[in-house]
Amino acid sequence: MRHSEEVLTLAFVISRRDNVATLLEEAKEGSAIRLLGDIESLTNLITRQDISAAHKVAIAEIEPGEPVIKYGHRIGHATRKIFIGEWVHLHNCASDVDERSNTLDIHTGAPDDSRTAYE
Amino acid sequence: MIPALLMSEVSWSGFLRPDGRLGIRNLVLVIYTVECAQFVAHEIARSEDDVHVIGFPGCYDNAYAIRLMMALARHPNVGAVLAVGLGCEYTQPDRIAESVRLSGRLADSFFIQHAGGTRESIQKGKQLVRAMKAQSDQQTPRKRMSLADLVVGCECGGSDGTSGLAGNPVVGRFFDRLVDAGGTAVFEETVEQIGLRDILLERGVDAKASAELAAAYDKAEQYCQSVRQWSASPGNFAGGLTTIEEKSLGAFAKSGTKPIQGVIKVGQCPAHAGLWLLDSVPDPHFMQFGYTNPNDSEGIMDLISAGCQIVLFVTGRGSVIGSPVAPLIKITGNARTFQHMKDDMDFDASGVLTGMQNLDGSADSLMQLVCGVAGGQLSKPEVLGHREYFVPYKHQDTPGLRAGCRA
Repeated sequence: MRHSEEVLTLAFVISRRDNVATLLEEAKEGSAIRLLGDIESLTNLITRQDISAAHKVAIAEIEPGEPVIKYGHRIGHATRKIFIGEWVHLHNCASDVDERSNTLDIHTGAPDDSRTAYE
Repeated sequence: MIPALLMSEVSWSGFLRPDGRLGIRNLVLVIYTVECAQFVAHEIARSEDDVHVIGFPGCYDNAYAIRLMMALARHPNVGAVLAVGLGCEYTQPDRIAESVRLSGRLADSFFIQHAGGTRESIQKGKQLVRAMKAQSDQQTPRKRMSLADLVVGCECGGSDGTSGLAGNPVVGRFFDRLVDAGGTAVFEETVEQIGLRDILLERGVDAKASAELAAAYDKAEQYCQSVRQWSASPGNFAGGLTTIEEKSLGAFAKSGTKPIQGVIKVGQCPAHAGLWLLDSVPDPHFMQFGYTNPNDSEGIMDLISAGCQIVLFVTGRGSVIGSPVAPLIKITGNARTFQHMKDDMDFDASGVLTGMQNLDGSADSLMQLVCGVAGGQLSKPEVLGHREYFVPYKHQDTPGLRAGCRA
């Protein structure tokens, strides 16, 4: 892992109840994150993989089935354990209402489910 | 900058309509009643100051579309109307003009086939709109108005990761201020409240309002379930949104924190001041009218039909549209978009992300801009001449327009 002590990547926390932050810029694996918004910055938040701008990073551990919280509210649930510094997206978080959301490609968002046939 | 406490005392000269509502512009609206009359209608308005165009493309008439156009024709920013038809469609220009005249406004109408074709119709139309504009400017009474007299709508589109973090929250804070000042705020997009049923219902001012919110929410969820479309696109997911609930919370941020007074449908006006939700989702009908919000212009028309004199449009990626009848103010939470599309963007809300400005400061600046535009300053889309509109076939169960609009 690469540690960049000088250049901190910015991420924004909307509510102090949130367990995810939104990256304001792209972060490479091993980037140190500085949190802005409704939070005291965590000193040891290091990204565990590359994460694109506007995507979410976990700022607390989330157990499988536990709510993912942003805006102070539940935006879905963890489908597996999520560690601090991990990218939170379609591969580890699912909607409570939209059953299609975890069938989408995690990079492009394109639907990959068999219910829509191209024949 | 004028301190927020004094903003409620800021006033400007408005246009007093016979129904008591106040306009911030004094426009002539040309309305075409079928696609075949669209070219002539736009030629009539071309190069004429304060002459805007809307119209309905269908030859077969539709109660929803007529209700929407009548609400725009009797909008507080409109002083006169010219309805232009081809001559063989179902929707009748003379009946539009008659209803507009009953509201105390100037109105006229004709069929292109009767006038003698394209050139004659353009010439006749230009004479009519110029005469009505002159008369309307001369005889419309002026009256001081303030934030308490404003109805402001908000829509978001062309969104990116900043819309839910900066653009919409700044509008939400501004809406709180507007309501405190005695004004009226309208937000919409119930299909972008999916997953928020409990949060939404808690915001109802009383049991009646909460029941209206529950009905609107349940209709939207049923609608999304039946079409398997949750108002989130592949681009949204690629851009970092993971679930519809997350997108909904970002969109809902524009509603601020005030109690919701109730739910209105397209063409209805709020019964009193405060924060209102506009429901534009089709009601059950044997025709089934397809996707509820086909584009941003459609939603903006709906907000204007509720009597909004100004509409705020939050666009992170940068949409270039404008609107007829009511000025559109374009807000972006993305500093790069603001710089890159400076001629199109009215307001930069990105300061709240970088810590340069807090929500209160940004909302105060937005309030100053809204008061400026209400007082006659042109918004960026107005300067550029953007006046996109969209009037679709649809069905909604609503009482008569008179019940809601005082017109």
